[in-house]
Amino acid sequence: MRCQECDHRKATLHFTKIVNGKKNEMHLCEMCAKEKGDDLPGSNSYSIHDLLSGLLNLDPSIGTNVGYSQRANQEEALRCQKCGLYYKDFVKNSRFGCSHCYKAFSAKLDPILKRVHGGNHTHTGKIPERAGGRLKVQREVAKLKAEMQEHIHNEEFERAAEVRDRIRNLEDAQGKEGDE
Amino acid sequence: MSLEKFISEAISPWMKETGPDDDIVMSTRIRLARNVEEFPFPFKSSEDASKALYKHVHERLPQPSDERIGKLTWIPIDGLSEIEKTVLVEKHLTSPQLAEESTQAAVVLNNDESVSMMVNEEDHLRIQCLFSGFQLGPGYKVASDLDDWIESYVDYAFDEKKGYLTSCPTNVGTGLRASVMMHLPALTTTKQLNRILPAISQLGLVVRGIYGEGSEARGDLFQISNQMTLGKSEEDIIEELRGVVLQLIERERMTRKNLQEHNQLQLVDQVHRSYGILANSRIIESKEAGRHLSNLRLGIDLDLIQGIQGNILNELMILIQPAFLQQFAKQQLSPEERDERRATLIRERLKLENLNDGGDRP
Repeated sequence: MRCQECDHRKATLHFTKIVNGKKNEMHLCEMCAKEKGDDLPGSNSYSIHDLLSGLLNLDPSIGTNVGYSQRANQEEALRCQKCGLYYKDFVKNSRFGCSHCYKAFSAKLDPILKRVHGGNHTHTGKIPERAGGRLKVQREVAKLKAEMQEHIHNEEFERAAEVRDRIRNLEDAQGKEGDE
Repeated sequence: MSLEKFISEAISPWMKETGPDDDIVMSTRIRLARNVEEFPFPFKSSEDASKALYKHVHERLPQPSDERIGKLTWIPIDGLSEIEKTVLVEKHLTSPQLAEESTQAAVVLNNDESVSMMVNEEDHLRIQCLFSGFQLGPGYKVASDLDDWIESYVDYAFDEKKGYLTSCPTNVGTGLRASVMMHLPALTTTKQLNRILPAISQLGLVVRGIYGEGSEARGDLFQISNQMTLGKSEEDIIEELRGVVLQLIERERMTRKNLQEHNQLQLVDQVHRSYGILANSRIIESKEAGRHLSNLRLGIDLDLIQGIQGNILNELMILIQPAFLQQFAKQQLSPEERDERRATLIRERLKLENLNDGGDRP
């Protein structure tokens, strides 16, 4: 098969693009494919980041092309103090510059995260042993408290007391750590 | 170099292992995105800061004591030739991004290449574990233990509400991407997959071709992975993916059985035609090769062809990629030259099978 662009060299790259259910096939030689690079999948040009960037821009509070409001001006200046990344550049590239950016842009983050993660904005998974030690204890305590309530509800007071002691131990241990 | 030796070096040792359900699930991949506190993310990092991160991690991590992991080797990307870089990508050990765009990047591999950690890619660390067959649960356990071990030496960027902080908001939370590579020839030929795929995406899972984002499905191989990383626990993510994969396995098996019962002659014809083409062609494009390899593999799984090992699809799908062909030839090749080399390589590889096992000839 010959390349559909130059009709000269052999087509070695075959792409199928489906946009809104409309199928579009392309057969290109390597040279023409490079030139057309922009709309080809696999080339870095249209990546998940472009898609995301589009999503971030949908945020109604981020004044788009229509009527630059005062708010948009304030957002121009919103910036992470640690790495210097501007919020507008985060929107453009859909990448954070450092871990502090999450704090710096926190006011605007949840709607974005919800959009990307099916309505979720809070981590419920793994907690690292060291970095999340405190949180790990808190979650354990919360779990034990629920357990204790259930024992009380079932009038299993001895077992409830056992659980209460475990909660105290955990809280004491954490209190000491905090003092250090 | 002999073909046998080349193949033995080109194919990661973990791929040669057998695994559960490996007639349909080729491999399982677990990836964790992690960043180190106090260092800017690679996207916003200066060359010096990237260098410092590299040094920081390299100096802190000793050799693991976990026998499942074994010895780790650091390979700086800058020291590799273009072809060597592409080979790593084609083996799924690094991303194209790490090979092309990253500075001060490295890939850290263990002996059987089942562990590959990218350093200074989009995130500081991308921990990847690969397994043969369908091993989501045990696979996640290995990756998570490795993650704990790394965390005992470096401080991760972690937030109580947002979880593991990543450069891209699509990875924040668990940083977990679990994927399963499936061979689904029966669902593809019967066009059932066209109806199943939209349903899968509604469950928050993504289906891709074998080389990730934007790549086309080759050889009826599909990679299915979770999309969301925030708001669900790792166990739930793994369980949801596992449920869908199990259903796909069952459907694929059922469809294969149906094809065998109702279209036996067509199926045998199709498999043997493909075998004939692979064993005899002198020029072959990778797309065509993928199609016939898929048929051949189906024939092996359904016992229509004897004397050829099932992993020939996994192996040849990698070996017929451009960089491997060029590495074997030890030179740059034009597309026409590649098509010729590809045909030769496949023919030679099939001959090896026949010599080793005395199997039937097409």
